[in-house]
Amino acid sequence: MQKIHIKINQIPMEVEKGTSVLVAAKKAGIHIPTLCAHPDLTPWGACGLCVVKVEGMPKLPRACVTEVSEGASYITHDPELNKIRRTIVEMILSNHPNECLTCGRSGSCELQTLAANFSIREVPFESNVTEHPKDESTLSIVLDPRKCIKCGRCVLVCQQLQDVWALEFIGRGDHTEMMPAAGALLSESPCIKCGQCSAHCPVGAIYERDDTKKLLDAILDPELHVAVQIAPAVRVAIGEAFGLEPGTITTGKIYAALRRIGVDAIFDTNFSADLTIMEEGTEFVDRLTKGGVLPLITSCCPSWVDYMEKYCADMIPNFSTAKSPMMMQGALTKTYYADKKEIPKEKIFSAAIMPCTSKKFEIVRHKDMYASGQQDVDVVLTTRELARLIKQSGIDFLSLPDEGADSPIGAYTGAGTIFGATGGVMEAALRTGYFLVTGSEYEKITFEEVRGMDGIRTASIHIDGKELRVAIAHGVANVRDLLNEIRQARDEGKEPPYHFVEVMACRGGCIAGGGQPYNTTDEVRNARIAGMYADDQQSEIRCSHKNPFIEEIYKEFLETPGSGKAHELLHTHYQHRPLYTK
Amino acid sequence: MDTQQELRLSDDLLAFIDIWKEKRGNLIMILHRIQQDFGYVPKKIAIELSRYIDVPLAKIYGVLTFYHYFKQEKPGRNTLAVCTGTACYLKGAQDLLHEVENLLGAGVKQTTEDGEFSVEAVRCIGCCGLSPVMTINDEVFGVLKTDELAGIISKFHSKSSGQQ
Ligand code: SF4
Ligand code: SF4
Ligand code: SF4
Ligand code: FES
Repeated sequence: MQKIHIKINQIPMEVEKGTSVLVAAKKAGIHIPTLCAHPDLTPWGACGLCVVKVEGMPKLPRACVTEVSEGASYITHDPELNKIRRTIVEMILSNHPNECLTCGRSGSCELQTLAANFSIREVPFESNVTEHPKDESTLSIVLDPRKCIKCGRCVLVCQQLQDVWALEFIGRGDHTEMMPAAGALLSESPCIKCGQCSAHCPVGAIYERDDTKKLLDAILDPELHVAVQIAPAVRVAIGEAFGLEPGTITTGKIYAALRRIGVDAIFDTNFSADLTIMEEGTEFVDRLTKGGVLPLITSCCPSWVDYMEKYCADMIPNFSTAKSPMMMQGALTKTYYADKKEIPKEKIFSAAIMPCTSKKFEIVRHKDMYASGQQDVDVVLTTRELARLIKQSGIDFLSLPDEGADSPIGAYTGAGTIFGATGGVMEAALRTGYFLVTGSEYEKITFEEVRGMDGIRTASIHIDGKELRVAIAHGVANVRDLLNEIRQARDEGKEPPYHFVEVMACRGGCIAGGGQPYNTTDEVRNARIAGMYADDQQSEIRCSHKNPFIEEIYKEFLETPGSGKAHELLHTHYQHRPLYTK
Repeated sequence: MDTQQELRLSDDLLAFIDIWKEKRGNLIMILHRIQQDFGYVPKKIAIELSRYIDVPLAKIYGVLTFYHYFKQEKPGRNTLAVCTGTACYLKGAQDLLHEVENLLGAGVKQTTEDGEFSVEAVRCIGCCGLSPVMTINDEVFGVLKTDELAGIISKFHSKSSGQQ
């Protein structure tokens, strides 16, 4: 790589050719304010906040879209630049409703922070807020276009990272709005509810639907037995809301906090992640040995399921019929657990804490989500919502003791934990796959070859003398090529290029889900993933099939993996959902 | 222009699209051609096009709404345009637009339910001396007062004027 020599605020630096001034400054420990640029996205220089000076040049280039040039000397901050930036913030504020007190982003809003840092006490421009109704058509996220500052991040996320194209710049100039095409509501658009737009929006213009009240109402209702499950990815991220480093594992504190909030029973979605491995693993081995449709593609991610049903329905036969761990856990809570505890299932309120906005819609996705005869999961709260709930309950999270989950559907293995990271479902499946194929244990537990952050990863693994080809994709935009490769082989009647494929809609997997704490970048993703694998490494049992409670539930209730009972409760169906039919 | 045309991509259009499909800037050319054929770009056609050329509908609407030239609504039999250039604006163009909306039930960029009028706001049309100015099709009405609007509009209404 060619090196470029520059000065930033008189500090000499050597950076790689092609680096932007913004990134170079960050390396020098200098923070240039931004509203539109985001490390996950291609910068497009929309907001103008990152303007800098270049010695000897009259123009003020935008640092996010300007590559460093040899010998240049950049000034990132001086009173004049501060003044310009201040004016930009004031102008944005003049088009922005003054509603911080009731805004979902209050306290974490990038615009609010800038207004505070620039000491803005009044806005010298006439206020001009365009009226536009909220789009509350999905169960997952809310669009409030009045608060939109037109940074474009949501559009870029939806198009570049997710390849969904639910959102587009509609109109031009001052009248541009980020919204679905043809006047469609989000629910009528191709939106897959991943919530990545809400995780990237710098302000409160896109946010998760807040369902905290539903959980509190259930806790208040003396008739209801409230059972809560928490997803793998929550435990490595929620600490960030309380000042901990990304990747810090706080499982025991989350359990303790939920008990103090007043929940009756605490389960762990990791338990049913183990169960998913048994069901999906058995399905896979069946297909492999009996000549079923391959590759088998994972279906734990509701956004991915939604995408597939909309964009690649021809792949439905490849999809695992196994429900997501959350839905399995819900079905068992209102059957197995209800029976054991002798609580009528109508009296159980089943809640789930998830890193994911899409899970809010998954709970009513299909009639199979009512396998117990009731709605199997009654409410989903994201990690961000739980963090708020903990704060409003006056709980000092950091000083909580570590508590345990409740039996019998609370215990989990290391394999269940890593479900939250890209490659984790694959690795967990491989750990158990060998056992399912051969009936004996494999000496190898970790599969480093499926880990990592590359958008698509492939590996070839040898089990019992057979080659097993696997592929992993995360971030929906990475899936298209993989699917085309599979389609081509299928259409040409060739051997499938892979046997097993894992897809997670969010970059990095659920650890970077749309409902996780804000400011997720690859650095944060890597830290959270490291947290998952550390949790796995500390686990006494690291293979799903060795979870004693899993063995028990099959013995007592589900019979065998893939049994009639298992299918009734733990499997689902898919259907083609054509786009823009309204 | 045959507005009763069935809303689907004709063989002619498909042939045109096939030629342009792979070229740069194709989307604009194709949309132009569609507007030529239909007088506007119907949503149904845009959706069909999106499937045919495998381009997201959002991308098509991004282009469609970026250029003022493209119409998303079927134009009315008459086009009523109020000038909102500075001179007209100062002489009460907004009041005219409000009254038009009152009378027709259609605001700017909308078409009346009976398909008789499309309403538009246009930039200065060079008749500032006559401000405020409104045009219906090719006819110009200057120094206009809101209470004159009802009379003028009724003359263009096919039912009252007896023509089809
Ligand atoms: S939730 Fe995901 S798919 Fe839907 S608009 Fe946001 S980024 Fe796009
Ligand atoms: S909705 Fe949010 S992310 Fe999207 S353009 Fe507006 S401010 Fe930016
Ligand atoms: S990857 Fe995980 S967090 Fe993201 S949409 Fe899928 S299930 Fe939700
Ligand atoms: S951050 Fe560079 S222009 Fe917005």
